[in-house]
Amino acid sequence: MGMTMSQKILAKKAGLASVQAGQLIEANIDLVLGNDITTPVAIEEFEKYGFHQVYRKDGIAIVLDHFTPNKDIKAAQLAKRCREFANRYDILHYYDVGAMGIEHALLPEKGLVAPGELVVGADSHTCTYGALGAFSTGFGSTDMAAAMATGKCWFKVPSAIRFNLTGTPSKWVSGKDLILHIIGMIGVDGALYKSMEFGGEGLRHLSIDDRLTVANMAIEAGAKNGIFEVDNVTLAYEKGRVERPFEIFKPDEDAVYEKVIDIDLGALRPTVSFPHLPENTKTIDEVGDVKIDQVVIGSCTNGRISDLKIAADILKGHKIAKNVRCIVIPGTQQIYLDALHAGYFDIFIAAGCAVSTPTCGPCLGGHMGILAEGERCVATTNRNFVGRMGHVKSEVYLASPAVAAASAIEGKIANPEKY
Amino acid sequence: MTAKGIVHKYGDNVDTDVIIPARCLNISDRKELASHCMEDIDKDFINKVKPGDIMLAGFNFGCGSSREHAPMVIKESGISCVIAKTFARIFYRNAINIGLPILECEAASEAIANGDEVSVDFDTGMITNVTKNETYQAQPFPEFIKEIIDANGLLNAIRKKQ
Ligand code: SF4
Repeated sequence: MGMTMSQKILAKKAGLASVQAGQLIEANIDLVLGNDITTPVAIEEFEKYGFHQVYRKDGIAIVLDHFTPNKDIKAAQLAKRCREFANRYDILHYYDVGAMGIEHALLPEKGLVAPGELVVGADSHTCTYGALGAFSTGFGSTDMAAAMATGKCWFKVPSAIRFNLTGTPSKWVSGKDLILHIIGMIGVDGALYKSMEFGGEGLRHLSIDDRLTVANMAIEAGAKNGIFEVDNVTLAYEKGRVERPFEIFKPDEDAVYEKVIDIDLGALRPTVSFPHLPENTKTIDEVGDVKIDQVVIGSCTNGRISDLKIAADILKGHKIAKNVRCIVIPGTQQIYLDALHAGYFDIFIAAGCAVSTPTCGPCLGGHMGILAEGERCVATTNRNFVGRMGHVKSEVYLASPAVAAASAIEGKIANPEKY
Repeated sequence: MTAKGIVHKYGDNVDTDVIIPARCLNISDRKELASHCMEDIDKDFINKVKPGDIMLAGFNFGCGSSREHAPMVIKESGISCVIAKTFARIFYRNAINIGLPILECEAASEAIANGDEVSVDFDTGMITNVTKNETYQAQPFPEFIKEIIDANGLLNAIRKKQ
């Protein structure tokens, strides 16, 4: 029986000729990731069970991004725990304040993920790297402890939904609109336990940044992973970043999918997800009059350079609306520098935005832009659950950077098409 | 292995942000962390819950972040088992990895009411509603997962093998 891309990678890493959906396997990993919230729990477990060695010091990435620069004393204690562990075991890919960025923006940028690799991470958005043709998925801290100690992880082989992309998206439609559209269509558990596999001739219109955004939110449809076919766009991105050899896995011609869904990129509209679930989507033409208090442009979903560029293009020469706060957070130090040199910060600051050092910050209601009771925020982040960005009676509307920037100018959810 | 207790019932898509809000994730003491369990949807949960009680929910329980703090605080609060129509996958594996038994059973989720007394036999997957005198059949754990649960978690299981 034919295998999907995800199944082929898992079979290879488990040392098996083939695998089937539902099979429980143990596979060798290429990289395990943790952050400042999940790593301390993993360290505690690692030590409690008496492990004294990590499987490979260049096979672990620890990124302090959620509550850093330390938001309070408790967060500082957690960061210190990570730092001490990284030093003790000489962890090669350790990123602290000054070097760190949001983990899922940082790892691809640093060339730590290549096509065909198996990456696991104690963060649900580890699924982001499927954009590069890797199998990557999130898990918990106990898994992280086990993976750091053994270099292995258990998996239940997933079945898959195949998305065939066709057509050309219009200028204001991005990867964010595509994935919000899909989640609106299949629901927050529409791909539960499954892989979302993306291919088709429309793929060539999606930049790596777009693909990273799409794969990032696969988890918001309940998926185990999202994965894109590797093409010239992928190879051009990896050139100069990844020196080690890597393998490209294509789905078998006779791969078995639970469902095949065709999507015409040309028919998509800018899309917004209303509180309190990512599946509550409306197109920009249906949103109505929604006044807002805050805009956040950043996160592992949309804090990359192309996201900042489109926001800057729209904000150029405009001021943000009275009584609206707009917070811009570049995803990594490199993105920060690139945006600075491109002059985007001049535009943001002239428009009245606050620009921050890289951090997850407000995305998970950590710091740097928490909402008060009754406040509404348009965010380029990935979750709009109850209380996600602050008070349980605050509201988060998920959108692309273009919609977010236009909304900052108008003080309500706005269509970017007129800018 | 069995569990028996009073049911605390919730709806669909209970996410990890309401099980344990991110604002609490800087707390490393487990008892203190557990005192915030479910507080954003059920302020009273932590006062009501008794050791051995059972949590019941609809579809996609535990969706959202990978924080292991979520099954951890549920276990710490005294809950002996979570039954739902379906679980979000990271929550599912986290619960198993820390030795919190969980079962998927649509019939049980439909029929059992908040406050019912329920017992669960994990070896057979049989769920018994003592209050209503009904039974519901869930899939028992596959052998691989049973080993982890029986060892009270993944790391114990790995240690045993080494
Ligand atoms: S930016 Fe938000 S979603 Fe992404 S890793 Fe940070 S907290 Fe998680």
